[in-house]
Amino acid sequence: MSAIIDYSDVQGIVRYGYGHLSAAGFFLLRIKNPGAARSWLRTAPVTNAMAVAPPPQHALQVAFTGDGLEAMGMPRPIIDKFSPEFISGMAGEESRSRRLGDIAANAPSQWQWGGAEKVPHLLVMLYAQAGALEHWQEAVQNRSWEEAFTVLRCLPSEGPSDTEPFGFKDGISQPQLDWEQMKKLSGDQIDYSNLAALGEFLLGYPNEYGKYSDRPLLPSGDDRSAGLLPAAENSDQRDLGRNGSYLVLRQLEQDVAGFWRFLDRQTEGNAADQTKLAEVMVGRRMNGEPLVPLSNGQFASADQAANDAMKVNGFTYESDSDGTRCPFGAHIRRVNPRNGDLPYGTQGWFQWLMRTLGFHRKSFRDDLVSSTRFHRILRRGRGYGNALSRAQALSGGAVEGYERGIYFICVNANIARQFEFVQNAWVMATKFDGLSGESDPLMGNRQPIPDCPITDAFSIPQESGLPRRIHGLPQFVTVRGGGYFFLPSIRALWYIATLGD
Amino acid sequence: MVVAPIAAGRQAALSELLESLNSRPGVVDPLNSILPFAQFGQLHFARLVILDDPTREDIRQHGIAPLPLPPSLLFLGDCDGDGDDFLESLVRHAGKGLRQIFSHCEGLGSTDDLLQWLKDHSRRPAAMYVNWIGRTVAQIHEESALHHALVSYLAGQTADFALQEPRIIWQKLIAFVDDEIAAQRLTLSPAAATPIGWRIGNLLDLLGVPVVLLIIAPLLIVYLPIFAYQLRRRETADPEIAPRPDRDHVRRLAGLEDHDVVNQFSAIGAVKPGLFRRWTVTFLVWILDYGARHLYHRGHLTRVSTIHFARWVFLDGKTRLFFASNYDGSLEAYMDDFINKVGWGLNLVFSNGVGYPRTNWLIFQGAKDEQKFKNYIRRHQLPTEVWYNAHPGLTAFDLEINSRICQGLTKNFMRDDEIRQWLKLI
Repeated sequence: MSAIIDYSDVQGIVRYGYGHLSAAGFFLLRIKNPGAARSWLRTAPVTNAMAVAPPPQHALQVAFTGDGLEAMGMPRPIIDKFSPEFISGMAGEESRSRRLGDIAANAPSQWQWGGAEKVPHLLVMLYAQAGALEHWQEAVQNRSWEEAFTVLRCLPSEGPSDTEPFGFKDGISQPQLDWEQMKKLSGDQIDYSNLAALGEFLLGYPNEYGKYSDRPLLPSGDDRSAGLLPAAENSDQRDLGRNGSYLVLRQLEQDVAGFWRFLDRQTEGNAADQTKLAEVMVGRRMNGEPLVPLSNGQFASADQAANDAMKVNGFTYESDSDGTRCPFGAHIRRVNPRNGDLPYGTQGWFQWLMRTLGFHRKSFRDDLVSSTRFHRILRRGRGYGNALSRAQALSGGAVEGYERGIYFICVNANIARQFEFVQNAWVMATKFDGLSGESDPLMGNRQPIPDCPITDAFSIPQESGLPRRIHGLPQFVTVRGGGYFFLPSIRALWYIATLGD
Repeated sequence: MVVAPIAAGRQAALSELLESLNSRPGVVDPLNSILPFAQFGQLHFARLVILDDPTREDIRQHGIAPLPLPPSLLFLGDCDGDGDDFLESLVRHAGKGLRQIFSHCEGLGSTDDLLQWLKDHSRRPAAMYVNWIGRTVAQIHEESALHHALVSYLAGQTADFALQEPRIIWQKLIAFVDDEIAAQRLTLSPAAATPIGWRIGNLLDLLGVPVVLLIIAPLLIVYLPIFAYQLRRRETADPEIAPRPDRDHVRRLAGLEDHDVVNQFSAIGAVKPGLFRRWTVTFLVWILDYGARHLYHRGHLTRVSTIHFARWVFLDGKTRLFFASNYDGSLEAYMDDFINKVGWGLNLVFSNGVGYPRTNWLIFQGAKDEQKFKNYIRRHQLPTEVWYNAHPGLTAFDLEINSRICQGLTKNFMRDDEIRQWLKLI
């Protein structure tokens, strides 16, 4: 059963990255007057996901934390039906911070926002064309806004969103959402596919398991919930989560100067070697091309834009099973191992049986990574701070003191299985894919684990045998704030805006 | 595994005592004054769990009243060599602490023979999985030290080695290790011989089980359609009990996890009532034990390579099944591996447990109902009050790599491509 998606009910950020709106401002708010907050929300011009031509000149998205929903007047029993990690919050439990690698310099006690006492209630995301943000801000931040909210933090972002602060082209790899719900979801999937089940990113639709992620379902009897869509698997209930999703926001400060200076020291000032080393750490060339060859025409489609995207994203690591082209621990290979778990060319029932029983490995190093299709995230991040070029970083001197980095934003329907899994099992793991003593070269927190005091290495497999190992990587990325938000559908926003009436 | 019912009113005191073995929640002090685990060189993992079943009322949904079982203390360890020998050693060197702990349990008088009492209260596992049968704690420590030494040595030699022939590098590394051994900075003990008694027992098991299966095969074939009918009748009717687990329960469990790259998992569940279920689960666990012992004793359990040790123990006249494992990564990754790589295996055994998500034909669905399965796991999981790991920071894969590195150093000859493959391990 595949329902037709009502794009007018989905917030636009799930469908579009607003690349053409280069100015953005993310406001983290605390509610001081719930009535005024609801009043503001009723008239807020939230952008939906309808395709319009020409594209919109500005956009507005709204999301809430668990505390925020409570402050808006949502009854506790309904909030308790959201996912446990959303209710607890990104910084709500020490065990969670441990799992996410938010320890030492990354610990919530050091955050600028999002830690204890500084948990926002709402995230309001404004997008506009360059130079037009202030005007849009004035329109959105009207009298109701002033009455309703105090601004906990304002996170501005300017400039093009396609290059991240270290200088690499970014935003290339995104899962393709199956809006038409054509993907067959039962049974094993042998080939890597970039097409992801809609329910992985939008609540209320089947996910990669063919099931519906948990979200708040309300009994039909309630008048107020009549405005909500029915639950797809049980039309007796109203689905508060349908067409909504969860949004993860993390402020990641990048030590651009430290990054290039470290590489400079490693390569003894050789610029070409420096670039090469940076590229193997990231897993792509600075212009976005992958280090492994593209798969032949596997992803060809009629859509020219998709084809262009495939020029830099149509690949798997099948041809690089020993990691000599793109190291196992490289950033993009960690955050999306692609075919890392998939057995090669299993045809026929005998091979299926061998695989099921675990006797399919050609090398003992195979099949160490989890199935990637259950752990995709949709990224919508933006860079912030003044750009610092490599030359400026290496010339030393007076560019210190300015923060720059990424507001990492991702959309997913199951925070624990998607964002948290990628962060814990792949990015921060010092034992990812059979490696040891190294976490993600860009994101790693370099903290010791029991009996393994050194976790700041990076190994580059070599054809000749002995891997080349870089030691002493400093921490390049520090977490400065973060939170889990619920990104409601337009109908759910209306429901929230009429609470307590 | 020692199972001892806790004396009435003593559970809180016992809990407090167990907590004192930890330097902080979830992290044991390996040389604590009561049970100094680290003093026992043959012990890989050990744990103390208070078995207070949070799901004991579930069986009411089958129309049965739950048995009045008092909470028990479980003490289990994975060790090299004979379990009884270890118990004897434990009593000799840590008898006082053991007595202090087990004095909270019923029936241990101050003059009773502790060793005999522990043996009387022991339960053998119905199935046991060992990642690498025969790999000792000493071997793990030595091989790990060797790997660390090689990495440190190579870190200072990159310029020299970058352009060398692989064969030369290999020989240089052998020379380096020989020097280190001579200077007593490293040791590489020869493998201890496997006792002949164990070998014979293993061979009998290897041959015996298929022989038994062959003998009863005609009966099994005749029974098969009856089994199929009974199974489907039950599968379609058995209640699923997998609501969202209590948040405080999960918070408590999560607080004890992820202090190391290896984690513990302890869980209890009632077997679904009736002879059908009891015989089915007994048979399947018996087959599982055979598979673990003879097929999966060299690194992986079907497609999963992250488990160090796991055991399945029947309790209370086969009305309950206790499961304990030591695995790599977080619980989310563990459950992910199981759902996606070996869901059928979980379904086979655990679908005979009360409240398990609905299965079809014993192996389909079940664990694949991801959210229900994850709820079920947390619901049945018990907080492991005390957990000891003799080799923290090492995953099962690390152990295999370290062994292979060691083997490469002791070989007399390797072809060029073998040397290249070996160098990639370091």
